[in-house]
Amino acid sequence: MKKEFKVISKIIDNNKRVLDIGCGDGTLMEYLKTNQKNDVRGLEPEKDLVRKCIAKGLSVIEGDAEKELVQFPEKSFDYVVLSQTLQAFLNPEEVLNQLLRIGKQTVVTIPNFGYWKIRLHLMFKGTMPITKNIPYEWYNTPNLHMCTIKDFVNFCDNKSIKIDKSMCLTNEKISEITKGNMSYKNIFSQLGIFLIQ
Amino acid sequence: MNTDIKNIKKLIIDQSLELDCGKVIKGFPLAYETYGNLNKNKSNAILVFHALTGDQFVTDINPITKREGWWTFAVGPGKAIDTNKFFVICANVLGGCMGSFGPKEINPETNKLFGTTFPVITIKDIVKAQKHLIDFLGIKKLLAIAGGSMGGMQVLQFASLYPDLAYSAIPIACSASHSAQNIALNELGRQAIMADPNWKKDNSSPDKGLAVARMAAHITYLSKKGLQEKFGRKLQDKGSLKFSFDADFQIESYLRYQGAAFVDRFDANSYLYITRAMDYFDLEKQYNGNLSLAFKNTKSKFCVISFSSDWLYPTNENKEIVIALNACGANVGFVEINSDKGHDSFLLNVPEFLKILSQFLNSTYDEVNNEKRI
Repeated sequence: MKKEFKVISKIIDNNKRVLDIGCGDGTLMEYLKTNQKNDVRGLEPEKDLVRKCIAKGLSVIEGDAEKELVQFPEKSFDYVVLSQTLQAFLNPEEVLNQLLRIGKQTVVTIPNFGYWKIRLHLMFKGTMPITKNIPYEWYNTPNLHMCTIKDFVNFCDNKSIKIDKSMCLTNEKISEITKGNMSYKNIFSQLGIFLIQ
Repeated sequence: MNTDIKNIKKLIIDQSLELDCGKVIKGFPLAYETYGNLNKNKSNAILVFHALTGDQFVTDINPITKREGWWTFAVGPGKAIDTNKFFVICANVLGGCMGSFGPKEINPETNKLFGTTFPVITIKDIVKAQKHLIDFLGIKKLLAIAGGSMGGMQVLQFASLYPDLAYSAIPIACSASHSAQNIALNELGRQAIMADPNWKKDNSSPDKGLAVARMAAHITYLSKKGLQEKFGRKLQDKGSLKFSFDADFQIESYLRYQGAAFVDRFDANSYLYITRAMDYFDLEKQYNGNLSLAFKNTKSKFCVISFSSDWLYPTNENKEIVIALNACGANVGFVEINSDKGHDSFLLNVPEFLKILSQFLNSTYDEVNNEKRI
């Protein structure tokens, strides 16, 4: 299991209800279910991945978060997880509002567009950045709304979204983001991990 | 068609059953069949519900019709619903014509066939009768309940009536309430039967009417694309159009065959009663307009399955079920299977569907038998 999922699973307490948006092949769900006795559900748009999840005994619904989230009742999950997908929605703000409505707490991870390699790529090559984490060309990227760690924190501040935890990942290493180290982390982190409500 | 032969297992239900229409029935037969063996702790039983024109003979050769069972692709040794592992139970629905209490049974009070004096039955009545069978077999909790089309409606009704009687529920290609289009199509079939002059005559059956009803219904089970690919405008054993009303086209000939074959195995009055039961099915209304209340207490893990080319019970109607289950926090998975085969997909060899059916059942079985939390 990738480091990001390990960090997410540590954030999530045992025996809680969890909804994993864009759960993929269910790796994180399976871990949470087996090791932390979480009651997990998933939402995934890709049929093949949904089938993989159901085969593992995971309750996953085929569907698009931008259309399906409205059906879930308010605060019906202890945690809602959205891993590296926020930037791919047509309307990330609305999706985030839905997550906050459904979940008592929400875990959001974002690929950080402020990472130094991305900055250098654009500065020196003059073309849209392609990295290991963001491997797409500008014309085929699913990432419509890239943002930086700073962007996301500012967004939460503006919308009065409470950030309970903010962490970042760089080369598998996890560290905290604080007000003091924000600008530094915004340059040297590949991924931001936030627990919000 | 004679169903009074020894190959049919029948449970005579001695308890009285109050039907939705108000009538009370008692001492009535429920014909059923089982496949595979019930394990020691009775944890491998799957109750399968048949659709409108199905019967209890899910797989193998049906001893009455001598044709393959309706779910032969899915049920059997080594198949998706593996009878080497699972104990499969299926009952002929109330109102049916394969040995269960229905309009082609003799009314003991008049010594005549019930015919249209048979009480109107509902999906709820059908399901309640089958609960007696589960009790009779000594099964406390089913591993799964599963069915497509009207079988799926029975899954939903069963899950709402008996929230703690099945570890898992698989409603396939169905709806929680019959749509106007569904009712309209059923009415077309019923009117075809009732328009046949033989319908009201004693000792004769409205074969023409029933065949037309079947032909019309059969079209609704297929997709436009599927029909086009299979038949197109191909001619039947002819080089050119004959400028007559014979079956020039293969599709005509095919439908005529479907109609003719159907009347040999099905009772016209059963067709009226069962389509009526489907039309009356409105689970949402049973729970005061809030479908999620139907599943409020359910302990079952659901796997809802729809097919992309099914226009009779389209994906969005299946999704209504998923939404209702989500709204009450039930445990539900959902997938739409890509298939050109229309509503009939659930009966046919659609590998992706059969695979998910098998995997879901196996994972449920493992969880139940390892006493893990579902």
